[in-house]
Amino acid sequence: MENISEIDELTTEKKYLRSSLYKDAWRRLRRNKLAMLGLAIVIILILIALLAPLIAPYDPIARIKKDSSLPPSKAYFFGTDLLGRDIFSRVIYGSRISIEVGIVAVGISVVIGLFFGALSGYFGGVSDAVIMRIADIFFAFPYILGAIAIMTVLGPGIVNIFIAIGILGWASFARIFRSSILSIKNKEYIEAARALGANNYRIITKHIFPNSMAPIIVFATMNVGVAIIVEAALSFLGLGVQPPTPSWGKMLAESLDYIDIAPWMMLFPGLAIVITVLGFVLLGDGLRDAFDPKLK
Amino acid sequence: MFFYIIKRVLQIIPVIIGVTLILFLLMYVIPEDPAQLILQKGATEEALQNLRVKMGIDKPLYVQYWRYMKQLAEGDLGTSYRYRRSVNSILADHYPNSIKLALAAILIEIIIGLIAGIISAVKKYSFWDILVTVSTTLAVCIPVFWLGMIMQVIFGLKLGWLPMSGMGDGSLVYYILPAVTLASVSTAFVARMTRSSMLEVMSNDYITTAYAKGLSNFKVIVKHALKNALIPVVTLIGLDLGALMGGAILTETVFSWPGVGRTIYLAILQRDAPVVIGGTLVLVLIFVFLNLIVDIIYAWLDPRIRYEKKEVNV
Repeated sequence: MENISEIDELTTEKKYLRSSLYKDAWRRLRRNKLAMLGLAIVIILILIALLAPLIAPYDPIARIKKDSSLPPSKAYFFGTDLLGRDIFSRVIYGSRISIEVGIVAVGISVVIGLFFGALSGYFGGVSDAVIMRIADIFFAFPYILGAIAIMTVLGPGIVNIFIAIGILGWASFARIFRSSILSIKNKEYIEAARALGANNYRIITKHIFPNSMAPIIVFATMNVGVAIIVEAALSFLGLGVQPPTPSWGKMLAESLDYIDIAPWMMLFPGLAIVITVLGFVLLGDGLRDAFDPKLK
Repeated sequence: MFFYIIKRVLQIIPVIIGVTLILFLLMYVIPEDPAQLILQKGATEEALQNLRVKMGIDKPLYVQYWRYMKQLAEGDLGTSYRYRRSVNSILADHYPNSIKLALAAILIEIIIGLIAGIISAVKKYSFWDILVTVSTTLAVCIPVFWLGMIMQVIFGLKLGWLPMSGMGDGSLVYYILPAVTLASVSTAFVARMTRSSMLEVMSNDYITTAYAKGLSNFKVIVKHALKNALIPVVTLIGLDLGALMGGAILTETVFSWPGVGRTIYLAILQRDAPVVIGGTLVLVLIFVFLNLIVDIIYAWLDPRIRYEKKEVNV
């Protein structure tokens, strides 16, 4: 009976500490103007992606023949492409692909990375050696080459992009999680939990996990930007999302041959990519400073 | 030291085996028949079968892999399905172009990155510092292929100052746009790292001592601070050569640069497995080898690394 109340006390204590870590971080984040700008960009983008049908003035794949390759105007904010499609509406709808890929692909990397990172850091020994050598292989592989090779095998399509980018990114998350586990697994409170009879699963999910999330959150945020750029690159090379679905990378590929007659075709999708990635990078930077003020 | 080097060299072997295995599996599962690729349409089933037997691709996967590794041990990367030429000679044609481009990019990285980083650290929070911080943040967010396209439009098309694509006669003007494009992201990293490394060094006591001795600002920065601040930057640049060659695919595609990245990309589209595997393998080897050299230099500079426990090696 005494034991149970002790556990209760410990867990409530922990909860208190945990919420204060995140509250502190949020307080510091809010004071960081650049981070708030990043957060604003990210939130607005997600809203644009969700509300695309309401915002876009035209159907993104409808061709208006008589209005092809018009420069930006009041009727067509970003101009039209060679097939007479409204570029503004296509950029709006393109945000859906980018945001989806960024979030889902990084989500896959995080899940795989956490699983193997936990296996490697917590249990050590043979599993650690094997997993870290496999991670070395993934680090030695040129990222974009790997993505191209996987897309060639799987074929184009958005689900395959999730898989390709997700698989390629796991190794960094595994390493980060492993090193945070190594740095906290011998701390007194873990020992205390073990002494109280907590099993491995409980220790990992209730104690190690919440205390090692900060670097994972920071790295994941920044990696969303990387994933969005890789998706754009794959679509640019013709291996990503297939037409007529609007994707920023694909729009840039389509504009390549008309750089001289319709430069606005390449301007706006590119700007959209830069602003999106900038949002995630600023937010990631801000989160890093907020979680660990010493680093700054 | 000797044992450390042996240990690090031995660690490379599983990486190479792993990379070849992954590439081999990826290329093997592509549902396309190499014999069909070579003989084109209209070949009889008999001719196809003969060729398959001759190439050994009728055998199970592990036999093929074993054969490939034996061949590889002799330094032979196989024969291209498309061009009927040895992969070694195809790569020998294109590697120099990529290496030259990567070296040009590294030169830009060193000159612009270092200068920007030093100015930014020495004149902390000045206009220049803010300019460097803003442009390095932006550089990381711009997709390289888009940057390449914009520069093509501005400097090639509108102003007509520089050639838009290709290598031409190999003169310097052809290098400028692709090298700047390729170097953009790394230059930003070098500038940022130089800045933070300089700031850290400048706060040390021996810098204060140097100033107290009455040395000029220039002498303190160049002779005392820079030397120590550069160590992590040099590592970054050393590792970057390998990364630049792998990352050149997009730059080489935008600028039609006849390099290895573009060769591998075209080979992937044409399902030319020997070129894909061979080309990537050489890239990985360069990357791993540079990594090894950097690690050995580090271990030589800092004895703690040689004796470190595994736990620290994260």
